[in-house]
Amino acid sequence: MTLPIPSGTRDVLPDEMRELRAISDALRSVFEEAGYGEVSTPALEYESVLAKGDLAGARPAYRVVDDHGDVLVLRSDMTVPIARVASTRYATAEPPLRFWYLAHAYRQVRPRRGMSRELLQVGIELIGSGAPQGTAEALTVLCRGLAATGLRDFRVGLGDASLFPGVLEGLGIADEARTKILHELSTHDFVGVERELISAGLDRAAAESLLDLAQQRGGAEVLETVPPAAAASVEGMRDVHALLDDDVAERVIFDLGLVRDLGYYTGAVFEVYDPALGVPLGGGGRYDDLLGQFGRPQPAVGFALVVDRLHLALHAEEGR
Amino acid sequence: MTPPLTIAVPRGALMRETLELLDRLGIDTTEVRANDRKLLFADIGIVTMRPSDVPTYVEAGAADIGITGKDVLTEQSEREVYELLDLHYGFCRMVVASVDGPDPAEEALRRLGIVRIATKYLKTASRYFEATGRQAEIVEVKGSVELAPLTGLAEAIVDLTATGTTMRENGLIEREHLFDSTARLIANPVAHKLKAEAIDDLVARIRELELTRAG
Repeated sequence: MTLPIPSGTRDVLPDEMRELRAISDALRSVFEEAGYGEVSTPALEYESVLAKGDLAGARPAYRVVDDHGDVLVLRSDMTVPIARVASTRYATAEPPLRFWYLAHAYRQVRPRRGMSRELLQVGIELIGSGAPQGTAEALTVLCRGLAATGLRDFRVGLGDASLFPGVLEGLGIADEARTKILHELSTHDFVGVERELISAGLDRAAAESLLDLAQQRGGAEVLETVPPAAAASVEGMRDVHALLDDDVAERVIFDLGLVRDLGYYTGAVFEVYDPALGVPLGGGGRYDDLLGQFGRPQPAVGFALVVDRLHLALHAEEGR
Repeated sequence: MTPPLTIAVPRGALMRETLELLDRLGIDTTEVRANDRKLLFADIGIVTMRPSDVPTYVEAGAADIGITGKDVLTEQSEREVYELLDLHYGFCRMVVASVDGPDPAEEALRRLGIVRIATKYLKTASRYFEATGRQAEIVEVKGSVELAPLTGLAEAIVDLTATGTTMRENGLIEREHLFDSTARLIANPVAHKLKAEAIDDLVARIRELELTRAG
């Protein structure tokens, strides 16, 4: 008899489970070594609590109404639940707090390679440690963890979520137009970015130079020629980079146009790539304003990796 | 030598101009032109496919970059690809069209509250009618959309038209204009970061060609 399971979910059998476990074990030992403690939180949370994060960006897809009429959601990421834990259970604890997790998140996405609706994520949150030290620590744990899994050719894109909004603001572009431009940027439609820049009143040369800025990615040379409004962001990226050991620094690609689809990022953002896989393995960044939503303002940074994608990339690297 | 980038090239209406563009960029496409059935040209890094498959290959990283129409990208807007350039060829219009004379679609909406729309662009059509506040029953057809309003399958169509000739010959007229479509250069998100130099070089050379042509 064949009994179905929901689209975008799957069973994991022993051969695959052993390989997945090897990946998460490798990461765990790096995280624990770096002083991070594992936490587990409920898969179900009150919608009203998760909404303090970024409900639109993280789009929890599965909702139920409980016996009191409260709306519960299946969490769509671990950052917001851990921000809740830190504020509730560690309200008076001395920062920084270091947590790691291996947990499922739930999203109503189009199921495809490396993207399931029940998504196993592994990651860290470093709460109470600001830029650049905290960012550099997160990047270091990230790269050491990935290296420990045996992944060879990964790179980490490093950008700043406040860079482009700051540049647009510096040009005096109105709120509404800025939202449109940033929307095109977050969907990676550069034709749309140019169109919106021009309809916001920029001349062609100015629009092209911004378009060029959004596509600057590579070594330290991309930090050289930036408009004054981006100087603070770029300085921040330099500061982080200066704190990295060589084995981590050599993995970094500066990416001035890097945007993540979650709205709570405030500063440095990163994304992990491997040439063997067509989708990013994961990403993260600073969310210095999120903890404040839960009552105790603290800077914070974290990342999440999709375990299945890491597995796919390791498998694909074997064949290269 | 392996080519620096794998390029997804659309067959059909966009193919001729795409190959001309690649020729001008110094990629020798003689073999592609000479061979109508072969799909993969590994030595020059070209794979050929129908335009609607280009985003699929590029999203998955099976091709680093690709060329397809904005109509395809609009229809498949959930694909995670980077849209890098408007290539300014393959100009078409996405339109609503119905039989000439009193508009049957307008009459259906007025008297029946719902209009039947035949199209190959299901998401584009349903999004458009939803956004304009009209009830529409979207009828999927795979080819010759013009036939639908002539046979009573639908009151109107949503389709792409270049010159309007096919529509005119079938007694249809354009009623509404959704958007203009041209060929676009798209890239895989990971290739865009890890093969930045090769992709930027290509984009810069295409921009230069356009400047020369426009000038």
